Amino acid sequence: MLRVEGLAKRFGGYQALADVDLTVEPGSVHAVIGPNGAGKTTLFNVITGLLSPTAGSVALDGRDVTGWRADRITHAGIARTFQQVRLFRGMNALENVMVGRHARTRGGFGAALVRPPFRERSEEVETRRRARELLEMVGLASRAGTWAGDLTLVEQRRLEVARALASDPRLLLLDEPAGGMTAVEVEDLNQLIRKIRESGVTVVLVEHHVRLVMRVSDVVTVLDAGRVIASGPPDRVRQDPRVIAAYLGREA
Amino acid sequence: MLLQQLVNGLMLGSTYALIAIGYALIFGVLGLVHLAHGEVFMMGALIGLQLVLWLHAGPAVALVGALLGTAVLGMIIELTAFRPIRARHGPVFAPMVSTIGVGLILQEVATKVFGGEQVGFPHRLEPVTWRVGPITISSVQLLILGVSVALMVALHLWVTRTRMGMAMRASAESTLTARLLGISTDRVILVTFAVASALAGAAGVLVGLSFNAISPFMGIDMGVKGLAIMLLGGLGNIYGAMVGGLLLGAVEVLSVAYLASSYRDAFVFAVMILILLFRPQGLFGVGHIR
Amino acid sequence: MGSYWESVLIFLGINTVLALSLYLPISAGQLSLGHGGFMAIGAYVTVICTTWLGWPFAAGLAAGGLAAAIAGALVGFPALRIRGIYLIILTMGFGEIVRIFFLNFEPTGQASGIGGIKHLTSLPVVSVVAALMLVCLMRFRGSRIGRALRAVQEDEVAAEAMGVNLTRVKVAAFALGALGAGVGGGLYAHQALFIDPAQFGFFRSAEIFLIVVLGGVGTYWGPVVGAAVVTLLPETLRFVQEWRMTVFGTLLVLCAVLRPAGLLAPRRHTPA
Repeated sequence: MLRVEGLAKRFGGYQALADVDLTVEPGSVHAVIGPNGAGKTTLFNVITGLLSPTAGSVALDGRDVTGWRADRITHAGIARTFQQVRLFRGMNALENVMVGRHARTRGGFGAALVRPPFRERSEEVETRRRARELLEMVGLASRAGTWAGDLTLVEQRRLEVARALASDPRLLLLDEPAGGMTAVEVEDLNQLIRKIRESGVTVVLVEHHVRLVMRVSDVVTVLDAGRVIASGPPDRVRQDPRVIAAYLGREA
Repeated sequence: MLLQQLVNGLMLGSTYALIAIGYALIFGVLGLVHLAHGEVFMMGALIGLQLVLWLHAGPAVALVGALLGTAVLGMIIELTAFRPIRARHGPVFAPMVSTIGVGLILQEVATKVFGGEQVGFPHRLEPVTWRVGPITISSVQLLILGVSVALMVALHLWVTRTRMGMAMRASAESTLTARLLGISTDRVILVTFAVASALAGAAGVLVGLSFNAISPFMGIDMGVKGLAIMLLGGLGNIYGAMVGGLLLGAVEVLSVAYLASSYRDAFVFAVMILILLFRPQGLFGVGHIR
Repeated sequence: MGSYWESVLIFLGINTVLALSLYLPISAGQLSLGHGGFMAIGAYVTVICTTWLGWPFAAGLAAGGLAAAIAGALVGFPALRIRGIYLIILTMGFGEIVRIFFLNFEPTGQASGIGGIKHLTSLPVVSVVAALMLVCLMRFRGSRIGRALRAVQEDEVAAEAMGVNLTRVKVAAFALGALGAGVGGGLYAHQALFIDPAQFGFFRSAEIFLIVVLGGVGTYWGPVVGAAVVTLLPETLRFVQEWRMTVFGTLLVLCAVLRPAGLLAPRRHTPA
């Protein structure tokens, strides 16, 4: 599905990522964990084209997408959420998800004006229907008309998931989706992630919430100081002495 | 020839610098653009001219009068066109509307009170010229250079040595920090406007002396150019504005001498646009940009 | 209707067209203080087509709008790199360059401009153009592309992550804005009957900017209301003859102070 090889990113004198290899199997939930500053978000930013890598490659289903612009990456089938929520705050929840459909719809300036009786209208209707469906899926159906900026943080995180799913991704990157959630809300998120996986979307997850990671993911990759120090099933990674030293030990 | 042109450019540039510094001071503390700053410059020229015409004052008195008059004018503008918008947390472009309004008022007042004609200072201020090697310098040019340099040195001492000047720099760094340090931001802003406007007023008299073309509309071009120079030096950077002014003066004079003279202003703006595109932090800026 | 008021209404319509032309760029987060430059290009090109080449008015307006749109795309590409106050100053510099160009361009009469322009702009023509623009903008807003523009204004990074091609959308918005200003310039020239570079200087750009900001950024009716204020107020202030601009200026200051977000301020959402 996703194949990252020898990926490196350097900011001036700071090596944020060094020789990162990562292989995500189709249909899996793959977690990337590590202490603060380990390079998890940088990894996401490089994969999704917000940053270009210093070295290495990113391939999606065998197609090299290294260094592509972010919008082309989305067209290729990768969608993401942001650690610091980046919704369109002045638009309502439904409109946010409809913007998410951008990559899968075609109407341009001309179409907006001319609006031929069939194609454009049906595309608009379809976009709206799909957006409502996704809001339903993340439990925000009743909040469709609410301004994104007025939603609670937890609702905003779920709206970001719906917006990302709207681009019909094959691969969904979630950047700390459990941030600021209570235990009950994390359980809801757990269910949501399972539902997404069942719908055929592969999920990569950056998360601090260890319990969630251990429960939901098939594979866990641990980053420390920009390098992969362990990778494997959650149970095995949990026992790995290097991981305990680098991450779990430090956190506890 | 080249040397002479450079001297002329320096002269012109030092008046540009005075105006650009004003923009930089105000942008520094407020992060806003003052679109009537060119009109403050124009008022400085007219106040100076009237002092010479009515009171038969010499250039020194005209200069001081213009400095004081525009300082007061600047404070009035801050109190009426900026502070009330700040109090209501208006968007950044609201002060642009209010200062366009102020500009219109000042232009009409100037036309009504002083007449709409282009006038010059009376020739009582006979220029004397000296030759220094290959260069010719007139007394007016020396006056311009002397006054500009003196004002810039004074400004430098003010921002580095006085409590108020340091408070202004602190506010420019961060309004919040300044407040935490117990600095009254409103007072600092008021003084900043006075200083910025006084510099523009002085520039008005100096330009009036050298070009003999004072009119209620002389501030429009100068205002746009001063803004461009502030940008050249880096937004809100007063030393950048000084160097930027001198540089642009030189570029302008040289482009008149060696390129098509009628396109001189277009050339200046083209340089500005290139800098915006390739070094948006300005020639000397180091800070990040939004 | 007296011809005086007819002409006032025509100018009101032209100002509405000019202000509406800023709507799309603003939707994509691009404020411009250089629309006087695009207006000048539109005015000169339209006049050349109608007066010198004898084209019909509509064809002339189309040519003027197209020329301005091309210039807009040329400015829009480099303008992608910057935003906010930098973009405002860049567009201002562009407006000045256009003015200085026409000031020196011999075929169009340099500073003395072009006179003897046929009076082709009428109230029906202006109304149709303004109404057409308003309808177009309303259609944009609810469309895929209109949503993309708003998304770009809200958060460029997130918009790009949704698959929006920032370059294409922003350059297109800017070019379409320039097109509107070009058409407005053509209409203006055939009402003023005489054009020279001085009419398209910084003050013209500032006036267009003013109309939009005064009315309220991000609303369709804002530009219309703003245009009404800016056009009609100085006219109705004729009783104060001598001090018209002073009263007008004072009213501007009051508007900015009392309704800083514009007369028709849209609903404020929680700032980011």
